[in-house]
Amino acid sequence: MALLELENVDTYYGRVHALHGITLHIDEGEIVTLIGSNGAGKTTTLRTISGLTPAAKGQVRLRGKDITHVAPDEIVRLGIGHVPEGRRIFGRLTVRDNLFLGAFTRKDREGIRRDQEHVFKLFPRVKERLDQIGGTLSGGEQQMLAIGRGLMSRPRVLLLDEPSLGLAPILVDQIFDIIRDINQEGTTILLIEQNAAKALAVANRGYVLETGRIVKEGPTSTLLESPDVQKAYLGI
Amino acid sequence: MPRAANDPSFFVQIVIYGLANGAIYALIALGYTMVYGIVELINFAHGDVFTLGGFLALPLIAAFGLREDQSTGLGVYLVLLVVALIVMLLTGSLNVLIERVAYRPLRNAPRLAPLITAVGMSFILEGLMYMWQGANNVHFPDLLPSGRISLGGSASIGAKDFIVIALAVVLVVVLTTFINNSKLGKAMRATAQDRDAAQLMGVNINRTIAATFFIGAVLAGAGGMIFGLYFNTVRFDLGFQSGLFAFTAAVFGGIGNIQGAALGGLFIGMVKAFSDAYFTSQLTDVWIFSILILVLVFRPTGLLGMRVPEK
Ligand SMILES: Nc1ncnc2c1ncn2[C@@H]1O[C@H](COP(=O)(O)OP(=O)(O)OP(=O)(O)O)[C@@H](O)[C@H]1O
Ligand SMILES: [Mg+2]
Repeated sequence: MALLELENVDTYYGRVHALHGITLHIDEGEIVTLIGSNGAGKTTTLRTISGLTPAAKGQVRLRGKDITHVAPDEIVRLGIGHVPEGRRIFGRLTVRDNLFLGAFTRKDREGIRRDQEHVFKLFPRVKERLDQIGGTLSGGEQQMLAIGRGLMSRPRVLLLDEPSLGLAPILVDQIFDIIRDINQEGTTILLIEQNAAKALAVANRGYVLETGRIVKEGPTSTLLESPDVQKAYLGI
Repeated sequence: MPRAANDPSFFVQIVIYGLANGAIYALIALGYTMVYGIVELINFAHGDVFTLGGFLALPLIAAFGLREDQSTGLGVYLVLLVVALIVMLLTGSLNVLIERVAYRPLRNAPRLAPLITAVGMSFILEGLMYMWQGANNVHFPDLLPSGRISLGGSASIGAKDFIVIALAVVLVVVLTTFINNSKLGKAMRATAQDRDAAQLMGVNINRTIAATFFIGAVLAGAGGMIFGLYFNTVRFDLGFQSGLFAFTAAVFGGIGNIQGAALGGLFIGMVKAFSDAYFTSQLTDVWIFSILILVLVFRPTGLLGMRVPEK
């Protein structure tokens, strides 16, 4: 059974029909990537999974259990973490409080402390800035904080929405290394990226989204060889 | 001009009166600012919840057998404390109910809809209080000690002034500590800044918003009872003016900003005291609403505003 699956999902924003019959699945331990151009519906897919914009039709299932209409805060408790597009850190709170909120659903103080140490190991910068107000961090630091915060709930599945957006090239490489590390530690990942080449390099499988529909899917090796994908997303 | 402007004792007296008034405005302003901070709604019914705090205290005080001129000693304060806790619980719960039935269903509606509902809710509360207690001033028993401590010259501070100011300070300090350090407080600030992101942290925003309405009304209810104890009178439409003054205080301090609301309350209390004493109380509304307009035009983020970037 897939860890997370969407079946025939349709999602709307008011009258805007953003997703049309999306069907996809993610198995335990995988990195799956979702690529597509601007406005294709990548962010909407993640919002549908985490309950922020619930599906109007179809089903979202976690380990076979229907979570389509479960509230977002409950979905976090079920083990789905979502690092949203545009970082969305709490700009008026300290870095420390941002991390604290990341662990909002947990009560195991000792575990929280260990995970925080782990985040510091991944992102030493975040540790240096603990008492700084979130809004005063640089863009890259905010992105690190956003990912670190997302890890603090200790998710089984982590949804990452363009984690490398706006970062310097050296940082982009570092973020992809960290994504691989997080995955190797046992977290399943659904990754959205503008940088399709890098995303396809790190992922096991991928889906290509166009105007709210999945137009192609398969192992990344197959996608990398597809002329359509090469032309549209890899600039080859 | 009722009194010579160059009488220093009189000046000190007015400052104390201003602080006591301001302490009460601060208690109301905190609720405005907290609710605005989290749902961007000016809860016009908030001033009436304040009035209700005063009215609810009356039957409770009677039920506990407290009588003006007869009840003395520490027992009185203990009973007043119990009454205050019940009043706070009642006004808090009422505000949660108001949020649930009147504002939550409109949370995603255009801004104007909940605003109009809030005005309507204010009328409903005032109407109910009018039916319950009538149109005239209702006497509130004088239960606080009447002693005064001389401050030199002819100036003195009344025990009442002192108690009212001290209570407000304690409540404000407790609230800020709570909001800055507790888990719920952090959830409230997170929800105020970014509702979606807060949900992604696992924050139940309905519960958090309800808690904000509860705490705001707890302070307003306490404020209403303190008002009664200080001025010994309550009227059904008290919340209209006090509410607008407190709202001005919240805007002056920077709407959404807790410390700003407390400081704004003191400032507005001071303006009122000086206007009442050195000009005439008829002009007080003019000064205060001029301040409101000037702040909105020239510094809409208020005195303290939000000094830190959002994102
Ligand atoms: N809040 C909203 N209200 C109305 N329409 C929306 C809203 N958010 C997104 N849309 C529309 O839904 C469609 C999918 O948007 P989505 O944000 O999922 O795209 P995306 O693939 O993440 O794009 P990008 O790469 O630019 O982030 C777009 O046509 C967009 O205009
Ligand atoms: Mg997007």
